Amino acid sequence: MTRTATPSAADGTFDKADSPGIGAGRPGFLWAAPAAVFFALFAIVPLIMVAVLSFARWDGLSSPEFAGLDNWKLLFDDPVMIKSLWLSVLLTVLGVLVQTPLSILLGVWAAGHQRNRAVLSAIYFVPMLLSVAAVSVLWRAVLDPNFGVPAQATWLFGDGNLFGTQAGAIGVLVFVSTWQFTPLHTLIYQGAARAVPQVLYQAAQIDGAGTVRQFVHITLPQLRNSIITSMILMVVGGLTTFDTVLILTQGGPGSDTTISAYYMYQKAFKSFDYGSASAIALLLVLVSTLISLIVVRLSGYDKMRSTMEGL
Amino acid sequence: MRRRRPNYFAGFGSLVWLLVVGLPLYVMLIATFQSRPDYAANGPLAFPGHFTLDNYIKDLNSGFAQYFLNTVVVTVCVVGIVVLLVPPLAYTIVRSRGRVTTTVFRLFLLGLAIPSQAVIVPMFFVISEAGLYDNLIGVILPTAAFAMPVCALILTGVMRDITPDLYEAMTMDGASPRRIFFRLVLPLSRSGISTIVVFSALQAWNGFLFPLVLTQSAETKVITLGLYDFQTEHGVDTPGLLAAVVLSMLPVLIVYLFARRALVQGLMGVGGK
Repeated sequence: MTRTATPSAADGTFDKADSPGIGAGRPGFLWAAPAAVFFALFAIVPLIMVAVLSFARWDGLSSPEFAGLDNWKLLFDDPVMIKSLWLSVLLTVLGVLVQTPLSILLGVWAAGHQRNRAVLSAIYFVPMLLSVAAVSVLWRAVLDPNFGVPAQATWLFGDGNLFGTQAGAIGVLVFVSTWQFTPLHTLIYQGAARAVPQVLYQAAQIDGAGTVRQFVHITLPQLRNSIITSMILMVVGGLTTFDTVLILTQGGPGSDTTISAYYMYQKAFKSFDYGSASAIALLLVLVSTLISLIVVRLSGYDKMRSTMEGL
Repeated sequence: MRRRRPNYFAGFGSLVWLLVVGLPLYVMLIATFQSRPDYAANGPLAFPGHFTLDNYIKDLNSGFAQYFLNTVVVTVCVVGIVVLLVPPLAYTIVRSRGRVTTTVFRLFLLGLAIPSQAVIVPMFFVISEAGLYDNLIGVILPTAAFAMPVCALILTGVMRDITPDLYEAMTMDGASPRRIFFRLVLPLSRSGISTIVVFSALQAWNGFLFPLVLTQSAETKVITLGLYDFQTEHGVDTPGLLAAVVLSMLPVLIVYLFARRALVQGLMGVGGK
């Protein structure tokens, strides 16, 4: 390739200069129309409807009526809702705190080209292939107080009923999410760690830096962009966790693990209060978008500072 | 390559993680080959003395064969829709200079940020109004729609890598957009297309929320929902339940065994979500 101009600029010039018409050889909008219409119908329209419904009173039978800010006021007066928000944040933060270090270590480890690492990585990957439903059902059985592993290992699990206390139930939820989603984040870090320029390590070795110092001073800073990507995924995933809670704890004991996404499901499909449910849904979308934006801004990710700087 | 002393910390850590990943899978597998009384008596960790396939046979006869088939139908249709709609979309996004196309692309990027949980309430009414409640089509349509943004992103990435010279050469020869699409773009994006096939198939196979809310009868039950119902109805039959879990995983694991690369790339797509 000896092209010097950017491809798009080159393209534009070419079209204007030589083509019979500006759009010659280029697809018209009709090419995208089927996909766009389909997607709008089943994703964008429902999203708009959620926003509208969050200002309506609706039981699903009669027609919805405008309720102003009633749903929103009720939500913020509802102790279960407030609790669910804190629980969502708690679960998300715990998830990030546990999964980030773990997946960085595993990812950097898996980035090595040793044979045993490749084989083990292939096994580590399995949880990611399984559905959340299957994983939750599996762990529910494995951790069953009477027939599961805790009954065999009382020295580790006490009375064995992990689902009976709030701390235990939260621990289970964080652990199961970690078990399932660590491979994904590991994969992200593995790719990033392999992209770190080898010169940096060679230079560090000449300077006499050991494995640990190389990891802290070279690998970690170089992984910055991946840490942000992976954290945003964890935050959005954490705040919208639903299946895991439904299958593992049903929000219990009591409402001790009723996080917002699960509370929304209950509001809609158990108490048939579709207005409030829509308000919660919209709130979740707004909060997760906001947090993602904050993470991006705080980290300077939006400025796209290259990790190649200083090379 | 330089020789390093073995990294004991990494070695130890990797074995611990192997245990964490492997233990539940081991418990699951051995439980499914035991009768219920044996499992209760031996506990989850003991190797079974008496092997049996009864759990699998029982599950298949009590509806899981049907659920399995339903999941296959959903998966095939979702993949079909995605493969039919997304390549022309990605081609337009990459090649068209129109304003509308930019807007469409932004719309799909916005779609990346919409979790399916957030739209489940209106989706329930859209599908009910369309008369598709408790119908597999009602599961297929939203599942396909929600797989599309990531697939579009993956495929535009691949199509952007096709050098402009190739397009120019074909345009010079007077090729129509259609001809360019079929003769140039499709053949050169084969790897991307296999990635979106894998990604959308995984989404459909493992999908839970849409079937949970949009179906109710046994005729339309997909396998993930079958697991959930099995657990709530006969939660004490652990071997039977876990055999159903194994059945639900089997196809994905088999694909993983034979097409690991495509599957891992498809999962990186999940990462994009």
